[in-house]
Amino acid sequence: MRDVAVIGIGMTQFGELWGKSIKDIFVEAATKAIKNAGVDHIDSMYVGSMSSGLFVGQEHLGAILADYLGQTPIPSTRVESACASGGAAFRAAYFEVASGASDIVLAGGVEKMTDGADVTEALATAADQEYEVYQGVTFPGLYAMIANAHMNQYGTTREQLAAISVKNHRNGANNPNAQFRSPVTLEQVMNSTLVADPLRLLDCSPVSDGGAAVILCSMDVAKKFTDTIIKVKGTAQASDTIALHSRKSLTTLNSVVTAAHKAYKMAGVTPKDINFAEVHDCFTIAEAVVYEDLGFCEKGCGGPAAEEGRTAIDGKTPLNTSGGLKSKGHPVGATGIAQIIELYEQLTGQAGKRQVKNAHIGLAQNMGGSGASCVINILEAK
Amino acid sequence: MISPKYHREIPQRYRLEAGKCKACSNISFPPRLVCPECGKNEFETVRLNGEGKLLTYTIIRVASDKFFGKTPFAVGIVELKDGVKLTTQIADVDFDKIKIGIKVKLVFRKIQDEGKSGLHCYGYKAVLV
Ligand SMILES: [Zn+2]
Repeated sequence: MRDVAVIGIGMTQFGELWGKSIKDIFVEAATKAIKNAGVDHIDSMYVGSMSSGLFVGQEHLGAILADYLGQTPIPSTRVESACASGGAAFRAAYFEVASGASDIVLAGGVEKMTDGADVTEALATAADQEYEVYQGVTFPGLYAMIANAHMNQYGTTREQLAAISVKNHRNGANNPNAQFRSPVTLEQVMNSTLVADPLRLLDCSPVSDGGAAVILCSMDVAKKFTDTIIKVKGTAQASDTIALHSRKSLTTLNSVVTAAHKAYKMAGVTPKDINFAEVHDCFTIAEAVVYEDLGFCEKGCGGPAAEEGRTAIDGKTPLNTSGGLKSKGHPVGATGIAQIIELYEQLTGQAGKRQVKNAHIGLAQNMGGSGASCVINILEAK
Repeated sequence: MISPKYHREIPQRYRLEAGKCKACSNISFPPRLVCPECGKNEFETVRLNGEGKLLTYTIIRVASDKFFGKTPFAVGIVELKDGVKLTTQIADVDFDKIKIGIKVKLVFRKIQDEGKSGLHCYGYKAVLV
């Protein structure tokens, strides 16, 4: 296996893009990434999408997107791992370059969620249809059950969860591609509409359209295009039981623990070496649990960490400087790639008002379902 | 449309039938072909006891279209006395009375109406003991 670098990024605005189709959105992001990298061709492409079939009635996404991007006849494959589809597409592209099979590969992600589908039902297909969803459980409901268990076990408070939303909105306000660019107050989060107790509307990531793409290439190729080499230092993926109820613990996401362990090992780092991270805050409680399960602190301190500012941009371990899924938006399949883009911007010093000081190593954690899939990528500025 | 998908889940949903591993005695609900504990694949059919305690819960306020008009409703994860854990609605209870650790039992109830014909679909729900 050879070393792999990220040399170009591109994404669309995240939000309700009613005037744009899934093809328009993807092509915009991919075109920007190809232009940003400065490459004259790509050898193949992988596209993460959770449910284009349910959201817009279009499958065979790999081919249709290669077609509209003007890239036929290169190989083009859609990758699906629920909300971790983008992260999984990145890994597929990584392995194709690392193996030597290709030199330049595009990893993208796209979701078009506002074309009229029953979004709650479509998202719920990432859970066990017959033994969770049949009973009426929704995704906010699954994470709400994690939240109640976490509060019961560790004393996590409602205010601490709200602090995560406040922090992510504050970060997203400085991200030009974010869906919500307005800060929210603790009171606004605490008084927003209940969705699934104890989670309220402002604990939940929104319904979004959006696309994101990055270009991966071998180190030799990277050196021809740029002096700022962003190396893929570690990559790992893990699975867990599809149903939340089947797990030994309701407050630890084993897929996160396992993938993190493997990614740290491959990268030769420990959690202390990670300067900042983009994590999968589909709901505020997810950020708290993931922070713990990535090993940034002992179990139970995910809530206090946000409240005390340890995860703020100027904190010890900045989390979701992009605004996270909460504020930046969560076009499901695009999320894992958009996380990589935030890492790239931070590592190359292009994050503007969101810039983390001394950003050398960043981690992206992308998760599917209630944690049945987890992809972790660690990038380093060389 | 009532489907084979619904029909083949009837033993589990109506009668709480589970698969007990002949090698390690772990009970899988619903039954599986491979034991998640030991990897073996011989099972005997057993019926779950149906009594247990609540491990966590939530009140669903926003549901999918299929459950439109049913909100708010309570769901939780129940650990049964035989060790099996499952997700279920919690019925016939004031939401204020629902707490982690309370004792519950499973009862036979209508869960949802399927498709345009509104065919009743049944299964288990938890009630307070
Ligand atoms: Zn067994």
